[in-house]
Amino acid sequence: MRIVVASGKGGTGKTTVATSLAQVAAERDAVRFLDCDVETPNAALFLHPRLDVHRDVGIRVPRVDPQTCNACGTCAEICRFNAIAVVGETTLVFDDLCHGCGSCTWMCPEQAITEHLLVTGSIDSGTTPDGIAFARGMMNVGQAMGMPILRELKKSSPALSPTMTVPPRRTLEIRDAPPGASCPVVETMRGADFVLFVTEPTPFGLHDLKQVAAIARELGLPAGVVINRDGIGDAAVDAYCVESDLPILLRIPMDRRIAEAIAAGSTLVEANLDDRHRFRALLERILAEVTV
Amino acid sequence: MKQLVILSGKGGTGKTSVVAAFAHLASAGPFAGQVILADADVDAANLELVLHPKRLDTEPFRGGEVAVIDEDQCVQCGDCESICRFDAIVETDAGWIVDPVACEGCAACVHQCPTASIAMQEQTVGEYAYSDSLYGPLHHAHLYPGQESSGKLVTEVRQRACRQALDEQRPLVLIDGPPGIGCPVIAAVSGADLALLVTEPTVAGLQDLRRALQTLRHFGVPALVCINKADVYPVGAQGIDAYCRANGIDTVARVPFDPSVPGAMVAGAAVTAYRPDAPASLALSAVWQQVVAVLAKDLPGAAPAATVGDAARNNPD
Repeated sequence: MRIVVASGKGGTGKTTVATSLAQVAAERDAVRFLDCDVETPNAALFLHPRLDVHRDVGIRVPRVDPQTCNACGTCAEICRFNAIAVVGETTLVFDDLCHGCGSCTWMCPEQAITEHLLVTGSIDSGTTPDGIAFARGMMNVGQAMGMPILRELKKSSPALSPTMTVPPRRTLEIRDAPPGASCPVVETMRGADFVLFVTEPTPFGLHDLKQVAAIARELGLPAGVVINRDGIGDAAVDAYCVESDLPILLRIPMDRRIAEAIAAGSTLVEANLDDRHRFRALLERILAEVTV
Repeated sequence: MKQLVILSGKGGTGKTSVVAAFAHLASAGPFAGQVILADADVDAANLELVLHPKRLDTEPFRGGEVAVIDEDQCVQCGDCESICRFDAIVETDAGWIVDPVACEGCAACVHQCPTASIAMQEQTVGEYAYSDSLYGPLHHAHLYPGQESSGKLVTEVRQRACRQALDEQRPLVLIDGPPGIGCPVIAAVSGADLALLVTEPTVAGLQDLRRALQTLRHFGVPALVCINKADVYPVGAQGIDAYCRANGIDTVARVPFDPSVPGAMVAGAAVTAYRPDAPASLALSAVWQQVVAVLAKDLPGAAPAATVGDAARNNPD
């Protein structure tokens, strides 16, 4: 079963909730954690995996063999991203604009194009002290496109290594989504079974929650809400959840001690033992929502 | 004309609250009537929630094309599925279809389809808006949920804001940036005169700040750093100070944690207008003064004057 933790607005506590949920799940389940925020991945700061497998990933960009190329310009014509230009007798490739679709390679009448991996990021994986199989994608600085890294990350499946003595009840995958509501969030949700929204009770939190809730609805995924920093704002998120039939599964109060602990790199369930019970209950609620 | 962009790396550190405060503060001082506002966070556009814009103009934004399979012509060979590198061709009970969200718009399938059953179709992925707001003209946009091309839409918003600033000889474009470091961020910062990074003193805030600073350096944009909610975790704030010092970047101020900030958000106001004497408002006024002082120096484009420029050109590790 695959659970996505998303929010729309950044900084509402996605990673805080996802990491704590993974820790309580790992008590009884085999857990895989994917940090899908490839621009600014932070979950490793809280789960402390030993990242011992590193793999460069990227896109396949064309290389034109100048001996074979007759500068016919077919490649430049079919490229939708203006990544190829023919200047005089020379065919130039602009790697930064290439999306790696392969069309130029297939369409070249002279078969003058081969493909090379342009590294745009990496995937690191390993196991956390709680026995969570962890993987994160990391886009290189200066790159624009995180999607190829995210797609690779979803295929990566780090090896499961649960630490409990009894056989795990089930296998759970928890995906920590990027902020916003554009294509990387959709890609994170594709193939998932449940989306857990983490929001804050403010107009900003609500506005952006509506955006991501629309995506989950479009994909037909069941969803629920965690209200973080409960008490800082107004009741509009509550009202929206009622009218949209989104169950509120957990409320985390605004508490300066929680903020301090998270700031220092603790997870919620490490900072406050009571939260372990609350997160166990949250996990059971999610499982119940999915099986309904 | 100068372009000041507010960024953070990590989301939720207070970018939009800072932009709203700056817009309010600018409306009174020497910048009164001189500022154009731009919300470059097009998939979570929140600036309008505090600036109460009156829309003057709305236009559909066509983000690009997606492939569409003509089901009458398709012979169900599945060739398109095997060549698509974006997993956008999906088999359904009704045959092969293109998932428009996953489709990259490359048209590889169009060229490879043996029965020429696939065509590209233009699609509207959002809307661009121009409004009159509480504190000046606002250029903003909404990307429809789940769409791509947010970088293109950001570029559009910024270009329109800059064009208006040039036409009307307004000296400052104030840009609310998106989180992260990818395509929309690059579209928001490339060629800007100065970036103010709003960070928070947490392990995650520092890690993302580092990546945002590296990105700014990559594109040659000078940076200043402001630590929001600085008193929540003083050790973290010291860490950020130390990191910035080591990399020659000025940390201009610390803004304390202050319930007036979410209070202002709920009230739909800039915190400096909502509670002018609140600790966060006083700190933000000081930040604004410092930013104005830096902008007032003659910064020729992306190759800025001594202090800030030297700082920003240094290597964030």
